[in-house]
Amino acid sequence: MRKSAEPFWWLLFATGGTVAAFLVPVHILLGGVALAAGVTREAFAYDRILTLVSHPASRLYLFVLISLSLFHWAHRFRYTLAEGLHLKASWLPVSVGCYGSAILGTLMAAMVLARL
Amino acid sequence: MSPFHRPPQFNWWVGNRAFTLFVVRELTSVFVAAYAVLALLLLRNLALGRDAYEAYLRWLVTPGMVAFHIVALVAALYHSTTWFALSPKAMVVRIGGRRVPPRVVVSANYLAWIIVSVIVAVIVLRA
Repeated sequence: MRKSAEPFWWLLFATGGTVAAFLVPVHILLGGVALAAGVTREAFAYDRILTLVSHPASRLYLFVLISLSLFHWAHRFRYTLAEGLHLKASWLPVSVGCYGSAILGTLMAAMVLARL
Repeated sequence: MSPFHRPPQFNWWVGNRAFTLFVVRELTSVFVAAYAVLALLLLRNLALGRDAYEAYLRWLVTPGMVAFHIVALVAALYHSTTWFALSPKAMVVRIGGRRVPPRVVVSANYLAWIIVSVIVAVIVLRA
């Protein structure tokens, strides 16, 4: 019997969903809504953020946050396209497109964070 | 086409509240991913230098992006609450052989969520 890769993708989805559930709202609040309201403008000054992000722990944290959020999306979006839009016939290209984007985003995050 | 083949329907989830909420829940992941891309762009501009970073921040506070962040925040909150609501079903917690009531598991998730959010906010605002 052929081994399925499904548990692997599901695990990334579940971990990513948990990471996103706990962390994404506060990040959008601080770096999006509050920034526009002017509340966090000083906190997001170039020198402060550069110092904060340069710490190895921050870089690892951001890498995990970005990568797992993307894998969480890839898994959900794949099923939504397949079931919501009846794209079951194009299961393979949909999967390659979704997970491929997540892998690409992960590589880009690794490259950017390594250079900071 | 075989006469027994039903043509695909794309709107099966419209008009049924449970199905619509299900699709909305799945689509919150699009906003989660969009946020991840914005975070990646922020880091890339940070790596490019002060001018690129400050120009990026100015773009983030344009009306369209502010509207996006508000919608994305609502979507992210919907993802969090639906995710926590499902947690007792995904993982049955037992202490001393007895099952911890689902309500307690959900409450523990909310408590952890608040603590984690406060820690992130303190680090970003005071570091």
